[in-house]
Amino acid sequence: MTATQDRPAAEIGKDRRRKEDQRLITGRTRWTDNITLPGMLHLAMVRSPFAHATITSIDVEAAKASPNVVAVLSGKDFGDELGVCINAWPITPDQKTPAHSPMPADRVAFAGEVVAVVVARSAAEARDAAELVDVEYEELPAVVGIKKALEDQVLAHPDLGTNKSALWVFDSSEAGTGGDVEAAIAEARTNGIVIEREYRQQRLIPAFMEPRSVVVDPTGEQITMWSATQIPHILRFALAATTGVPESKIRVIAPDVGGGFGGKLQTTPEEWIAWAVARRLSKPVKYTETRSESLLAAHHGRDQVQMLTLAADKDGKVTGFKVHLDADLGAYIAIVGGGVPVLGAFMFNAIYKFPSYRFECQTVLTNTTFTDAYRGAGRPEATYAVERLMDELAAEVGVDPLEIRERNWITHEEFPFTTVAGLEYDSGNYEAATAKAKESFGYDALRAEQKERRERGDRVQLGIGVSTFTEMCGLAPSRVLGSLDYGAGGWEHASVRMLATGKVEIVTGASAHGQGHETAFSQIVADRLGVPFEDVEVLHGDTQIAHKGLDTYGSRSLVVGGEALVRAVDKVIEKAKHLAAHLLEANADDLDYTAGRFSVRGTDQGVTIQELSTAAFAAHNYPEDMEPSLDADATYDPVNFNYPHGTHLCAMEVDTETGAVKMRKYTCCDDIGVIINPLIVAGQVHGGLVQGIAQALWEEAVHDEAGTLVSGSFVDYLLPTSADTISFDVVHTDEPSVCTTNTLGTKGVGEAGTIASTPAVVNAVVDAVRHLGVHDIQMPCTPERVWRAIHANDGDAPTPEAAMPHFEEGALNQDEGAGQ
Amino acid sequence: MIPVKFDYLAPTSVEEAISALGQHGDDAKILAGGQSLLPVLRMRLNAPEVVIDLGGISSLRGIRDDGDAIVIGAMTTHHDVRDDHLVKEHALLLSKAAAEVADSQIRHRGTFGGALAHADPAGDLGAPALALGAQFVIAGPGGTRTVEASDFFVDLFETAIGDDEILTEVRIPKHTGWGAHYEKFVRVAHQWPIVAVAATVKGSIDEARIGLTNMGSTPLRATASEQALAGASATEDGVRAAADLAAEGTNPPSDLNGAADYRQHLARVLTGRAVLKAAGV
Ligand SMILES: Cc1cc2nc3c(=O)[nH]c(=O)nc-3n(C[C@H](O)[C@H](O)[C@H](O)COP(=O)(O)OP(=O)(O)OC[C@H]3O[C@@H](n4cnc5c(N)ncnc54)[C@H](O)[C@@H]3O)c2cc1C
Repeated sequence: MTATQDRPAAEIGKDRRRKEDQRLITGRTRWTDNITLPGMLHLAMVRSPFAHATITSIDVEAAKASPNVVAVLSGKDFGDELGVCINAWPITPDQKTPAHSPMPADRVAFAGEVVAVVVARSAAEARDAAELVDVEYEELPAVVGIKKALEDQVLAHPDLGTNKSALWVFDSSEAGTGGDVEAAIAEARTNGIVIEREYRQQRLIPAFMEPRSVVVDPTGEQITMWSATQIPHILRFALAATTGVPESKIRVIAPDVGGGFGGKLQTTPEEWIAWAVARRLSKPVKYTETRSESLLAAHHGRDQVQMLTLAADKDGKVTGFKVHLDADLGAYIAIVGGGVPVLGAFMFNAIYKFPSYRFECQTVLTNTTFTDAYRGAGRPEATYAVERLMDELAAEVGVDPLEIRERNWITHEEFPFTTVAGLEYDSGNYEAATAKAKESFGYDALRAEQKERRERGDRVQLGIGVSTFTEMCGLAPSRVLGSLDYGAGGWEHASVRMLATGKVEIVTGASAHGQGHETAFSQIVADRLGVPFEDVEVLHGDTQIAHKGLDTYGSRSLVVGGEALVRAVDKVIEKAKHLAAHLLEANADDLDYTAGRFSVRGTDQGVTIQELSTAAFAAHNYPEDMEPSLDADATYDPVNFNYPHGTHLCAMEVDTETGAVKMRKYTCCDDIGVIINPLIVAGQVHGGLVQGIAQALWEEAVHDEAGTLVSGSFVDYLLPTSADTISFDVVHTDEPSVCTTNTLGTKGVGEAGTIASTPAVVNAVVDAVRHLGVHDIQMPCTPERVWRAIHANDGDAPTPEAAMPHFEEGALNQDEGAGQ
Repeated sequence: MIPVKFDYLAPTSVEEAISALGQHGDDAKILAGGQSLLPVLRMRLNAPEVVIDLGGISSLRGIRDDGDAIVIGAMTTHHDVRDDHLVKEHALLLSKAAAEVADSQIRHRGTFGGALAHADPAGDLGAPALALGAQFVIAGPGGTRTVEASDFFVDLFETAIGDDEILTEVRIPKHTGWGAHYEKFVRVAHQWPIVAVAATVKGSIDEARIGLTNMGSTPLRATASEQALAGASATEDGVRAAADLAAEGTNPPSDLNGAADYRQHLARVLTGRAVLKAAGV
């Protein structure tokens, strides 16, 4: 469409160090908690120690009398101005959604829920006084764990009459995208293979580095909220929608934000409380949570029980896949709450040509911290289920796990391919990624070593795990979101501002919180516009500067926001060309645009885009039919998701005496289309891998029967450090499968490592001890669980059952008491 | 989180510290490296009115040779214990165990005396101190007394140190030339052990001393294994048979990291490994 440059890309593909890192790493920057306003007051929250209780009385007198306390407020002190916490994605029309007040006045539904707020002149004084607030509770029975919730004996919200919130179903025979799964299963029961498993996705805590923090300044006409959030634009909309303040009177700023992983894709009770207090007192206020509060009350992730039935013929060609999920929403349905498992609905068939598929998701309410998006959101759960099962199928058929995948996957000639879940995968090459990963991993040599160790009966056994994943990312085509009843669109907005001095400001609606947008987006603009990398400034995260946007999550920033940017840049070039033709007194058709300079073909006459920028500013001489500006905006709505994929191979050593596991090698070959900055990609992949590996091996949020979070500090909620990981072997295919639905050809990478790695690790652990009779080990694969699985049958490790390969009434694939 | 407000005292002598303790009694807390105390204060699990920092008392820092023992000042950091040549020569087990405490930052702050006074049953230094027969020098208003390791550890987070006393130094009888190994079993690095075994052996094997971490409310000796090993030859099978007795008389906790029976299993396996490594097999 436009005269974009034909010079070779100088920036795209370059390992640029991230320009934001110095300030982020040294902390000499604007984190929300660094913001101090004149007269600012500090908040401390009083939280319920009970998972379910009626609030009978709140005595605030002692707290009010504490030094420098300005106010102590509870739910009943507020009316409508407190607003409500919203669920933006009711997954079915009849979804049961409990009312979610930021600070309930009558009843608490999880331990950690805020019941009162103390306002004082310093954070320390607020904290001291919070301990003096005397709340009397009448404890109610609490329901904890999915299985318990499904029984509907104890109710998380008695007024709803049930814990079952919504049942969401997709069936390929009803959708016309495939056959009847029950028929396929029936056929396989007589003539083929049926594998039934129950897998548990344990509850996880996003555990971002910067705790959540919010500052609200009600001074003046417009109320400003700074928040450590991933979603300033959605936050502004939700504040307007629920607190009665016009959107135009609200400014939300997400300054530098220290990580989110989905955990800051939320509109939080604490933000709403800070907002209401600031307005009530007409004073700026700040609330920064402690790490303990963060682990307790910031939303948790995952938490599903998956009942899976895979049908295949005798050769291991899958004929049908039936999935039933029970997903724990926690006490309330958070902003995307029930939608997270539904995002997985389209991914259980993964890279395979399954002819029939059925997916059901039952969401349930419990008296625990509410759950929502966590890196991968829905897709890691799906990938885990299918990739674990493909290994089980391989074992059943007696072939290599890579072989079973090859028998089922979409071959590279078959793209674009419409899947049984109804998505159109535009491009991919699973063969190429697998071949490259296999070679780099040294697959055959490791298999030989595994065989040798087994034969020798070595104390330390070796296992190899495979995960050939794909995912849908780049959330999202707005029409698709609409068809799923999601509360917003999935477009993204960008502006390019050509400054008087020739520098360039670009404004993006994607709100980075550590991803490196400033660097990658500068690289894109530098190439496309032909200006130096250093001359590009990226602005984001302030609704007054980036007035339109849908923020950062779901691996969308580059593929959606980057494309919006490209389109805005192209508009700038188009305008500049018109101005150039005018100034050069040439015909626009005779202009070439190379390296940021328009030149008149066949002459040495020309003008650079930066000179044109100055000329447009001066506006002394410009065409009649043009406004004196080169600036341009674009809003881009993707037509499809994009589908990165990759082959991940993991070798794990298992000490059969202790159950300890140790990673030996990890290779991943991700095909993510065109790579803008390999260094940033490596960072995303490494970090993503560690988070996925951590689900497999270490992390688990555990509530006891009363609903108390047992893993409430990093002593019990185990986060790995660099000392726990190895150096990953990260490679990419030589000829990437370029994304066909965006100009840059890019695919998302922010979640890839997390989605792919969890099953690779568990597959490897199980593979190491499969010959000892083990089919499954519940996540996280703690040494104790591994040891019990190995010794389940030899009397060494009597309880509990570590693996339960088939469905039986009352038999869970989990330890007693582990969050159930 | 923010601790409850407290007063801060920084005495420069043991006498001054003891008199401050006497003055404030129950309301005071000793601060050594702060690596256990500060988390406790920040989580508001304890709220002393006065914190008495021993950091300014130089006589509490350092390691000296004292004839048949080496003496480690209470304020000597884990890092210094690990690297000290006297410790390496005469109490190698302590150097090995100190190397396994937490991470480098914490080892540069946390102290030998602080860790032992804290008496966390999952702490890494109690079991080796017990195995080596350490003697604890405790100063109070009435002067100084010495307590044997077997009497020092009383219960979970409880020692023989009185409210008005401080631990000043620890005497470690020389185990010159003994082989040593600290076998620590963790889920993630830089964490307290699920179980750990401290083993030091003379010759191969004339005598073995074995301490168990996190196998009860205090550090424990694996006495039955020690007896079985005395005079035994350091073969894999022999050592493992003796190690099978390691869990006798233990009473480990059950928590997210492992049930008691699993910990007892670990104690047996790890004892075998620790002794074999200590014996250089
Ligand atoms: C993240 C983290 C990980 C850790 N991991 C480990 C680990 O793997 N293994 C391990 O063993 N430890 C671990 N620790 C604890 C660490 O070893 C501490 O340094 C140690 O437990 C306490 O020593 P301190 O000098 O810091 O004492 P402090 O925290 O200052 O004091 C601890 C307690 O002892 C009392 N006290 C201190 N000195 C004296 C004295 N001279 N006389 C009387 N009372 C005294 C104090 O009043 C206080 O009650 C870890 C700590 C952290 C923060």
